[in-house]
Amino acid sequence: MVEFAFSDIVWNLLLALRWTALLSVVAFIGGGAVGLLVLLARLSSRRWLRRLTRGYIEVFQGTPLLMQLFLTFFGLSLVGLDVPAWLAAGLALTLFTSAFLAEIWRGCVEAVPRGQWEASSSLALTYLEQMRWVILPQALRLAVAPTIGFSVQVVKGTAVTSIIGFVELTKAGTMITNATFQPFLVYGLVALFYFLLCFPLSLCAKSLERKFHAAR
Amino acid sequence: MPLVDLIGIHKSFGTNPVLRGIDLSVHEGQVVALIGRSGSGKSTLLRTINGLEHIDDGVISVDGEKIDARDTDLRALRLKVGMVFQQFNLFPHLTAAENVMLAPKVVKKAPQAELRALAVEMLEKVGLGDRLDHYPDQLSGGQQQRVAIARSLAMRPRVLLCDEVTSALDPELVAEVLAVVRKLADDGMTLIMVTHEMRFAREVCDQLVFMHQGRIHESGPPEQVFSAPQTEELRQFLGGIG
Ligand SMILES: Nc1ncnc2c1ncn2[C@@H]1O[C@H](COP(=O)(O)OP(=O)(O)OP(=O)(O)O)[C@@H](O)[C@H]1O
Ligand SMILES: [Mg+2]
Repeated sequence: MVEFAFSDIVWNLLLALRWTALLSVVAFIGGGAVGLLVLLARLSSRRWLRRLTRGYIEVFQGTPLLMQLFLTFFGLSLVGLDVPAWLAAGLALTLFTSAFLAEIWRGCVEAVPRGQWEASSSLALTYLEQMRWVILPQALRLAVAPTIGFSVQVVKGTAVTSIIGFVELTKAGTMITNATFQPFLVYGLVALFYFLLCFPLSLCAKSLERKFHAAR
Repeated sequence: MPLVDLIGIHKSFGTNPVLRGIDLSVHEGQVVALIGRSGSGKSTLLRTINGLEHIDDGVISVDGEKIDARDTDLRALRLKVGMVFQQFNLFPHLTAAENVMLAPKVVKKAPQAELRALAVEMLEKVGLGDRLDHYPDQLSGGQQQRVAIARSLAMRPRVLLCDEVTSALDPELVAEVLAVVRKLADDGMTLIMVTHEMRFAREVCDQLVFMHQGRIHESGPPEQVFSAPQTEELRQFLGGIG
């Protein structure tokens, strides 16, 4: 049996931490892009599109991330697509993130006063022009803090991808524990690393919230 | 031919009929004031003219652009009609100049070089040539409303709709905004305004329209309407506001 020194444990966890960070970034960027489309559909004047996206959002908000991950992973292999764990993990987290971000952003768009829509309508802007130039710039200010706040959920959400065999921080922790029989030490370090990723994000969200609260 | 022609306008909110057959013609250069009790449908009528409220029946035409209850493409109409709101509704994330330039830039695709000059011209017209780069929250209510007027004028509308443009202002700021409106009227702008400023209406308007329960109850030149109201409702209304 290989002897693990403390530094080996830390080093191996740090290597795995990269995957957690990468998966978080992918989910966040992918989820942001998909979320923007979902948002536009959610706010569309077409009723069927609004209903469809509301259903989409509710499915993702109303089921555990773990089930979404299973369904993506096993669902894809059911239709004959044998996808690697990292791809299924990225996809599931992207969809999960898109649903939550779309809903957060919808709240921000609806917080922009009706007078802003009316004034821009009266100036002959089209719906997309209103969105681009008047509504979204204002909604964006409101959205920054809760969006970064939600990114903390995404980082922590990546932990469930260990279940399908993706070796990120949690999975690495489990593997190292199995080899070292030091669960308290190893999981303690795992928790510490998650905290080191998430805490700055939380801080950042809080300070931005204060800043935009004060700004116009 | 009238510049603005409203024929048989009907509009309900749910089961509440708010406009019950409005016919109104406004000629180029005319200044028309809508007066009446709260809830009589003044704002709603004004808002139908640029399509902010959808109508159930009737025809609206402005400078040859016709719309009826079925129309959904309102862009051509809105290019002809400007609107100033009670609550200003300036874009808070943009400076005064950017507020003025936005629609010419986005809708009319005016070249960058002309935009700044346009903003200067329009803001000078409302006496704010020295406030170009101020944000709305750095301006007083009266200044904000004047920026809003400049923003509408920048699209060179054929007619300007004003819905109680001084009602949200502190008393000492009312005059500066009314002065701008008066100057527009003097310059020949076609104006349709909802107002409670009776003295101003009397001095500036060519026609006064008294609305009551979703109909035009009485209308005419201000001297006539004020000195010889024909109906009991108008007498009561004028008496009530003293
Ligand atoms: N968006 C709306 N939904 C439902 N009802 C409305 C809406 N807007 C206006 N109404 C109703 O329509 C009627 C006329 O309203 P409107 O705002 O046109 O009156 P007004 O003459 O402008 O009154 P005020 O002097 O108070 O501004 C009122 O009974 C009002 O409650
Ligand atoms: Mg009104």
